[in-house]
Amino acid sequence: MGKRAFVTVGTTQFDLLIETIVHDPNVLQTLVDCLQIDKLILQIGNSQKPLIDNISIPIEYYQYKDSIENDIQQADIVISHAGAGTILQALEAHKPLLVVVNEKLMNNHQLEIANEMEQHGYLFHCTCSKLATTLKQFVNHTFKQYEKGDPLLFGQYLNQIMS
Amino acid sequence: MNQKKTIPTLIVLGSGGHTTEMFRLLSGTDMNVYKPRYYTIASTDKMSATKMNEFEQNTLKDMNVSFINRSRHVGQSYFSSIFTTLLAFFTVIPLVYRIKPKLILVNGPGTCIPIVIASLLLSIFFLIDRPKIVFVESICRVESLSLTGKILQYLPVHILVQWPQLSKLYPKTQYIGRLV
Repeated sequence: MGKRAFVTVGTTQFDLLIETIVHDPNVLQTLVDCLQIDKLILQIGNSQKPLIDNISIPIEYYQYKDSIENDIQQADIVISHAGAGTILQALEAHKPLLVVVNEKLMNNHQLEIANEMEQHGYLFHCTCSKLATTLKQFVNHTFKQYEKGDPLLFGQYLNQIMS
Repeated sequence: MNQKKTIPTLIVLGSGGHTTEMFRLLSGTDMNVYKPRYYTIASTDKMSATKMNEFEQNTLKDMNVSFINRSRHVGQSYFSSIFTTLLAFFTVIPLVYRIKPKLILVNGPGTCIPIVIASLLLSIFFLIDRPKIVFVESICRVESLSLTGKILQYLPVHILVQWPQLSKLYPKTQYIGRLV
């Protein structure tokens, strides 16, 4: 069975990430040779459509779907923008996750969560220029498993303050 | 038979990720106690309405929804948002008065501050009993509170954060574990 990489940018425009994935030979080579990826699925949001002729492995791309849950489930590695929703979704699916920070968006608290999750050992994060080198770190790396938060704690808290 | 006492609860749905987090929080609560549930949704926010319908599909008799104008659109200037916030404020006063919630759940952004202030004002004038107000900061906030959280620190509001380091930085906030 071949392995899949799923790249997702949410509703953002992240041309550089899409461009780097498709056209940086080091990135493609790392995905194929080191991580045995043989199919790429790209969710490109508002980014420029990539030119995918002459690419050595099959690539599919789309703008949006109602839910990217299936694509996450079927992926062997997820490469994501720094959106909190997507980060949590990928971690909860226990997928190896690389968060790529968009330096054009000065939305610092998005970086906060990527940083924090990396310190806990749940994911790696990098910028587009470090994509290939960071991907190499995924070889034989096991991440710590992320445990979902517990809404029951919230229920107990409410019962306590309302009693 | 001894029926449990119910608690009329006002739930302010923000948008996007805030709404997702709110329904995760609600999934941990006792739906037979916290009812009726009165939701408010920004009139332009289709996604929140859809999520609410999914969540409440079997309990429609225990819930109610009001659509209100948004106090600040993404990208709107802070100056013009003062006026829209004031406008929102005057539309939520009768709403809160009618509902008389015992509990208000908010997790930001936009419409929640006018509702919090309206309920506090109404209770100051003894028009309603003072509700308990709980604000849950988003899991995205790791190193600092959101603007909404910062403002609510100065009001009688219970503030829960989802990262322990935040409760050390902001002594009025509380960390009881990761909730979503």
